[in-house]
Amino acid sequence: MGIVKARLGASGANPAFNILNYAFMLLMSVTTLYPFVFLITSSLSGLDMTLGGFSLLPRDFTFTNYQKVFRNPAIATGYYNTILRTAIGTSLSLLVTFCLAWPLAKKAFPGRNAWTALIVFTMFFSGGMIPAYILVRQLHLIDTVWALVLPELVTAYNFVIVRNYMQTIPSSMEESAKMDGANDIVILFRIILPVCKPIIATIALWVAVWHWNAWFDSMIYVTKASGQVVQLVMRRIVLEGSDQLTQMMAEAQRQGMVIAPEGLKAATIMVTTIPILCVYPFIQKYFVKGVMMGSLKG
Amino acid sequence: MATNTDAAGGASDSIATAPRKQPLSRRLWDNRYLILLFLPGMLYFLVFRYVPIYGLVIAFKDYNFSEGIMGSPWIGLEVFKEMFASHGFWEVFKNTLVISALQFVTGFPAPIIFALLLNEIASLRPKKIFQTISYLPHFVSWVILAGLFTQFLSPSTGPINILIQAMGGKPIYFMADPQWFIFILVVTEVWKSIGWGSIIYLAAISGIDAEMYEAASIDGAGRWVKMKSITLPSLAPVITIMLILAIGKLVNDNFDQIFNMYNPAVYRVSDVMSTYLYRKGLEDMEYSLATAVGLFKNVIAFAMVIGANALAKRINDSGIW
Repeated sequence: MGIVKARLGASGANPAFNILNYAFMLLMSVTTLYPFVFLITSSLSGLDMTLGGFSLLPRDFTFTNYQKVFRNPAIATGYYNTILRTAIGTSLSLLVTFCLAWPLAKKAFPGRNAWTALIVFTMFFSGGMIPAYILVRQLHLIDTVWALVLPELVTAYNFVIVRNYMQTIPSSMEESAKMDGANDIVILFRIILPVCKPIIATIALWVAVWHWNAWFDSMIYVTKASGQVVQLVMRRIVLEGSDQLTQMMAEAQRQGMVIAPEGLKAATIMVTTIPILCVYPFIQKYFVKGVMMGSLKG
Repeated sequence: MATNTDAAGGASDSIATAPRKQPLSRRLWDNRYLILLFLPGMLYFLVFRYVPIYGLVIAFKDYNFSEGIMGSPWIGLEVFKEMFASHGFWEVFKNTLVISALQFVTGFPAPIIFALLLNEIASLRPKKIFQTISYLPHFVSWVILAGLFTQFLSPSTGPINILIQAMGGKPIYFMADPQWFIFILVVTEVWKSIGWGSIIYLAAISGIDAEMYEAASIDGAGRWVKMKSITLPSLAPVITIMLILAIGKLVNDNFDQIFNMYNPAVYRVSDVMSTYLYRKGLEDMEYSLATAVGLFKNVIAFAMVIGANALAKRINDSGIW
């Protein structure tokens, strides 16, 4: 209602309510941001952040924690694996999702409704963790990047969003191309996909962020330490307190540096979080668009 | 390997022979390029979505790896009997329901209230900023957040406890005290999803006809009356759909959150169906039992979505299908 009033140029809303509402929104924003602020300051602190009371600024400002984390080869390998799976996973997922959605967006495609129902059913029912694990093992995908790319290649939700979008493209667009003798594959890539740019961006970002954040599949499908993604490497260091942490601490001590384990952990978490923190303000609008497209059909 | 290709091949054969109103061979030939585009995706769904569904049969078998899904002997409902007789299963079932119910009663209304309040912010710029900030946690995975909150809530070095001590209180072991841990699970879930969850409601609010508000204003309706008699009724269909989906999640606990945040001190209250299933299946290699737990969970979730949908249709004709 507030927005409607603003658009109409009306004013005179209850000032007490507005002040309270702004205060609430500010409180919400602080609550959302402060844990991240704490993480950042903690990662830049040489000493334990909270030593000697509450502080909003780093204690004994230093980049040592980041130095240690970046020199840790496990983090570099993890980053490589994450980037690899994100690149392969996102491009393949886009390709297969759009190729599948196009035929099923066309009314004349044989068995269209049955196929669509079969796909949508998987939104509500799945085999679950164990049968999926057995399948991946039997396909000999363990310890390959395909174990991280193939099982979630296409989701029913993304499929429905793309198909709905394609159904809104006027059929006149492809008819002229058909007259010129173009086949359906050429039409999809030359005519339909260029019109689909906004939805391609949405799905691509969606899948890419999913891959960036994924860790569980790496934990169960990848047995070699050298094949694990950065989120899992981070998990080992921070949550399981693996030898990686003690090693980094010991190395720092040998070099005569004073660091707190909290700072080192915070820097490790930050290193995996920074990319997300940096890109999210720019990509969130595409995400929002996707949610709204999904909600059109329900 | 053989079982997978068999299942996938069998399924595609059955549609090729399905009856059609027009000559099928003609229709298939006309659509040959479309079929080519369609095949990889459909093959994916059959292999990676339907073969695991077929794999659920091992809940009724004494599964072992060497004999495979097909070769393992049938044992009927033995696994389910064992599961229902075990104390551990009922405990995790209860924990799942308790945590999910608490997350539902707080997490479901929170984004609606947030959307309504955000909508009352008249100037566009602050509104946009509040909104963008609220989305942030959605983009951060539970692995990261678990690491973050473990530090943030630490009794010795976390800022929350430093504040509590500064005010003369005793440090609280948020992550190790069973009651506090459940509280943390609920609060962090709301914290993560409130902004993102509000998008769909904000979209619905922006679709409401502005003339309705104008007319109400002319009639002298205040903010509260307009919210109650225009905004909320207009949101009813969206709320219904979200409610149906949320009901299905009541038994589908949040594995990522709990698995990354729990620890032996709080297993008693926070070991849920998915974490139990993971430990039984992938750590203890009790594949059949773990699959049975998963099947039980999926069937209940599916039945609840169907039931909620049917109910919603009967009440206000707004189901998801």
